[in-house]
Amino acid sequence: MRGRLNVQRPMIKFDNVNKRYAGGHEALSGVSFHLAPGEMAFLTGHSGAGKSSLLKLIACIERASRGNVIIDGQNLTRLKNRHIPALRRKIGVVFQSHNLLYDRTVFDNVALPLIIAGYHQNEVGRRVRAALDKVGLLGKERLMPVTLSGGEQQRVGIARAVVNRPPLLLADEPTGNLDPELSREIMGLFEQFNQVGVTVLVATHDHDLIAQLDHRLLILKQGRLERDGQTAELQAQKQ
Amino acid sequence: MKRTRVKKTDTEDRPRLGQPRGKVSAYFTHHLWVLVSSLGALWRTPWATLMTAAVIGIALALPAGLHVLLQNVQQLSTGWEGTAQMSLFLKQDVPEKRIQSLAGELRRWDGVAEVRYISREQALAEFRELSGFGEALDSLDENPLPAVLVLRPTAEAAKPAQMELLLGRVQKLEPVDLAQLDMEWVRRLSGIIEVGKRGVLLLGGLLALAILLVVGNTIRLTILSRRQEIVVTKLIGATNAFIRRPFLYTGFWYGLMGAVLAWLLVAILLGLLRAPVNQLSFLYNSEFSLGGLDLETVMVLLGSGVALGLLGSWLAVGKHLQAIEPS
Repeated sequence: MRGRLNVQRPMIKFDNVNKRYAGGHEALSGVSFHLAPGEMAFLTGHSGAGKSSLLKLIACIERASRGNVIIDGQNLTRLKNRHIPALRRKIGVVFQSHNLLYDRTVFDNVALPLIIAGYHQNEVGRRVRAALDKVGLLGKERLMPVTLSGGEQQRVGIARAVVNRPPLLLADEPTGNLDPELSREIMGLFEQFNQVGVTVLVATHDHDLIAQLDHRLLILKQGRLERDGQTAELQAQKQ
Repeated sequence: MKRTRVKKTDTEDRPRLGQPRGKVSAYFTHHLWVLVSSLGALWRTPWATLMTAAVIGIALALPAGLHVLLQNVQQLSTGWEGTAQMSLFLKQDVPEKRIQSLAGELRRWDGVAEVRYISREQALAEFRELSGFGEALDSLDENPLPAVLVLRPTAEAAKPAQMELLLGRVQKLEPVDLAQLDMEWVRRLSGIIEVGKRGVLLLGGLLALAILLVVGNTIRLTILSRRQEIVVTKLIGATNAFIRRPFLYTGFWYGLMGAVLAWLLVAILLGLLRAPVNQLSFLYNSEFSLGGLDLETVMVLLGSGVALGLLGSWLAVGKHLQAIEPS
């Protein structure tokens, strides 16, 4: 949370980052950019352009082969494995496939990050209900995720990502399986979180959706950062 | 090395964002919750749980049962050590009067409870009666048997070392031709018991290894079936300690249930043996009664069950959790 107060320090900083996988495939090469605290950006590009790799480097699921990835002042290149959990608690992640646990209720799914972080039971209940309220699922906390629609499941995933109020929110194709209307709703939620100071980075290939919203846009092409600017500007350039 | 790592990650579990109050209580509440919920998870698959617990139970019951039986044999043989006695075979030409005075002298010795005199004639009569060589004896000109003083030690003096000492003293007495300790068989029996104890220990070790494998394999399957859950919890910042915890508690429960089952099994087996053993000991005019599991054995049984359950799951978790990383 310190990042929000310290304007000098970027929330995400990529410094000439390369990612080469064991097979020799280079997913990212020479990527440099930074995202200030409280900023919201879209990350786009064709599939295989390196969107997922970039998000994985931020959540320390993968490590950079070269260059530095610095999250909230922490250089992940040198981050010890045992410090990864603490890093991930600062990052809320929303997945395309929801990644919910289907053997427990909506409430228990959303509560998981708080239980991991060791919150007291009363606090857990309060925060879970607040998060579910924010995504409009307050009445459904006792249901099992399978009984919910795709859009509702995605909102459970979002509630879980924001329940412990992380300073950084990542989303990997969060609207991949949803119709345009639901997609706009989900994006609306991300914008709301951004308005209260959360840094948001959304990877998506949904160009229609991006076009409707004016945010910073990072375009990846074959592992390189091809463009970086406001959506409106980039579209103007195109035309 | 691993130990310190576990400790470090444990502290990471504690809250660092906000939460000024109740950190410690939340930590213990969480432990309690995992303890109960892992039992609940086992409860929801009663048959699978019972099978695993039964395998552990039988594996523990075998050495525990043998241990109790050996304890009983030992109990029985220490009873017999009290009946140990010493035979002093006297020289042929010792006169009757000297024998009587010797018997009187021996009765006054420390550690001697009783001295029984068997004269040459009594010995011959007894031998004739018991051996069936009566006719052969008739053909002899004179009685070949020596007079015997049978010496029974007091209970305190009936220990092997003191008996050896006493034996040395009586052997130096002038009229004594040969002194013999009638407790060789007791020693042999206690030797056999020692071998048995070692055997139980080795068998126990082997079965402990089997329990480790059973628990380890069961936990491994649980881990694999919950792979997705582990990946998701790692992604949202769970430490290894947090992920390890439910599996360790599951191992704990398996071990405890197995040990309790073993306790029950041994108690039932001893119960079934008790009536015929009492019958047998009655026929021998003995007051011996089959002893059950003592507190110490029960504690060791429960302790080793829990320890093996924890160790087995710890090994499985250490080996398989590392391999599960989000990708």
